[in-house]
Amino acid sequence: MTDAAATREALGPTLVQLAKDGLPIVVVDADLGVSTTARKFRDAYPERFFSVGIAEQNMIGVSAGLAAAGKVAFCSTFGVFMPGRCFDQIRVSVAQTGLNVKMVSSHGGISVGEDGISAQSIEDLGLMCSLAGVNVIVPADVVEARQAVETAARTPGPFYIRTGRPKIPVIYDEGYRFQLGKAHLLRDGRDATIIACGIMVKRAIDAAAALAQEGIECRVLNMATLRPLDEEAIVAAARETGAIVTAEEHQINTGLAALVARVVGSKEPVPLGAVGMRDGYAESGKWDELLEKYGLTAAAIVQEVKAVLARKRSDGRK
Amino acid sequence: MVATESIDQMTATARRVRRHIIEMVTEAGSGHPGGSLSAVEIVCALYFRLLRHDPKRPDWPERDRFILSKGHATPVYYSVLAEAGYFPVEELLTFRKLNSRLQGHSKINTAPGIEMSAGSLGQGLSYSIGQCLAGRLDGKDYRVYCLLGDGECQEGQTWEALMCAPFYKLDNLVAVIDRNGVQNDWYVKETMELEPLDAKLRAFGWHVIGVDGHNFEQLIAAYEEAKTVKGKPTAIIARTVKGKGVSFMENNPEWHGKAPTKEQEQQALAEIGE
Repeated sequence: MTDAAATREALGPTLVQLAKDGLPIVVVDADLGVSTTARKFRDAYPERFFSVGIAEQNMIGVSAGLAAAGKVAFCSTFGVFMPGRCFDQIRVSVAQTGLNVKMVSSHGGISVGEDGISAQSIEDLGLMCSLAGVNVIVPADVVEARQAVETAARTPGPFYIRTGRPKIPVIYDEGYRFQLGKAHLLRDGRDATIIACGIMVKRAIDAAAALAQEGIECRVLNMATLRPLDEEAIVAAARETGAIVTAEEHQINTGLAALVARVVGSKEPVPLGAVGMRDGYAESGKWDELLEKYGLTAAAIVQEVKAVLARKRSDGRK
Repeated sequence: MVATESIDQMTATARRVRRHIIEMVTEAGSGHPGGSLSAVEIVCALYFRLLRHDPKRPDWPERDRFILSKGHATPVYYSVLAEAGYFPVEELLTFRKLNSRLQGHSKINTAPGIEMSAGSLGQGLSYSIGQCLAGRLDGKDYRVYCLLGDGECQEGQTWEALMCAPFYKLDNLVAVIDRNGVQNDWYVKETMELEPLDAKLRAFGWHVIGVDGHNFEQLIAAYEEAKTVKGKPTAIIARTVKGKGVSFMENNPEWHGKAPTKEQEQQALAEIGE
């Protein structure tokens, strides 16, 4: 197993394998297949790979038509372009039809890096989670990303999977089994829960280890599926640990923080904290520098956990 | 099966379809009569002469597909499906009402024969391309007919798709443009001119045929010609009259999306005839 890999690397090879397994996979591409790795599918199955050029709206419609004719239609580009350039096409031709269209967007979050804010996708998860009937997954590493792609291919209906550009630590071994709609418990603790997705999961693990050094025991949940959301795990975390911090590479107003806050607020109110993009954009820079500058770090999670713990205690909770 | 009505039979069917359109929009109190009346012959010629389809088996994989991209033209779509036997004609009067299968804009599979969700313009041609690519991949010889409005041709996605279909040499695809010259607010040429539309389509690589969109002979000839074209898709520019058959609706932007009153309904039905 490699120590580090980009989640986007999962797409192409997994699709080739699934096609070899006999699934009627087709791929529709909008000129970013090299970056998303979807183009690897073209090498193995050229007749099942369709380039539409830089035309994301058409990409969605063509994918929907292929799906309606019995294909498992994958399409991919960057997170800023899908859903950004084709939201209404996704809404009408995919979400409202329930067709077998599997949208895999790479270059999620600000860790795109040097390309700057037009390429940094910090709104895609909120947009996609607003669409009824679309499953939304943010894999934490390449192992989970492979399984997310396979799950999407084998499960009827629309999917959105967000992958990333940088090589990040691999946290799961091959024995791991991703379950759609289920949070994965990475560490247990009684003082607070850190709920993270994507690139922030490893940072949550690191934050929990650092906090443990100070005697603060955190539960860590990988909330890889944002829709359908594992409300049970969130309510249990609130009830059993009494404080929650979310961590995401996305706008907290519409992303994981907002989703968790709705569940906690309506079912088991406890102090909440959030690590993620606040009301603003990032800039160009190396991906790890950006995460540092914009507070998407283990240290930021540690700080946020301490802040909610202070509120938890002042609330009279243990 | 291929439906084979004679021109006379289709003319009678078209008259019934126009009556349904008026009656269902009046009953609903809303809807889009103008762009439905303009497309009556275009759609009737397909369902009663051209399409390989079977109303008893709407999911038949070998069927030819009709994709309504101008999704507001549901009155003509549903009326033709009912006349073809996909569901009872009586059901047409549930159009746009609560719990009806006949939604204001078409939604896939709500009732038998509804091939696609539409209503947000510009999406149908892309979807048709996907169906054509799948058909070719699977070695099936079904054909796909996509109906677009002329106003709809202002959507950017339409041109993405117009670029794409010739690139893939989709000779199993026919795009029919209902060239009625009127869009939601006003006349197309004064909203955003499309002309020279035929030259643009040819430049994009389409085989282009212009017809009188209310003339069955010309429509059928164009559909048949399209079957013989190899290596490129065919676009049929069907010159039509918006609101065709009802004097006060004809070529009048006011009737793009408005229901007649009861009195207007009576006048319209009298003009259409039995």
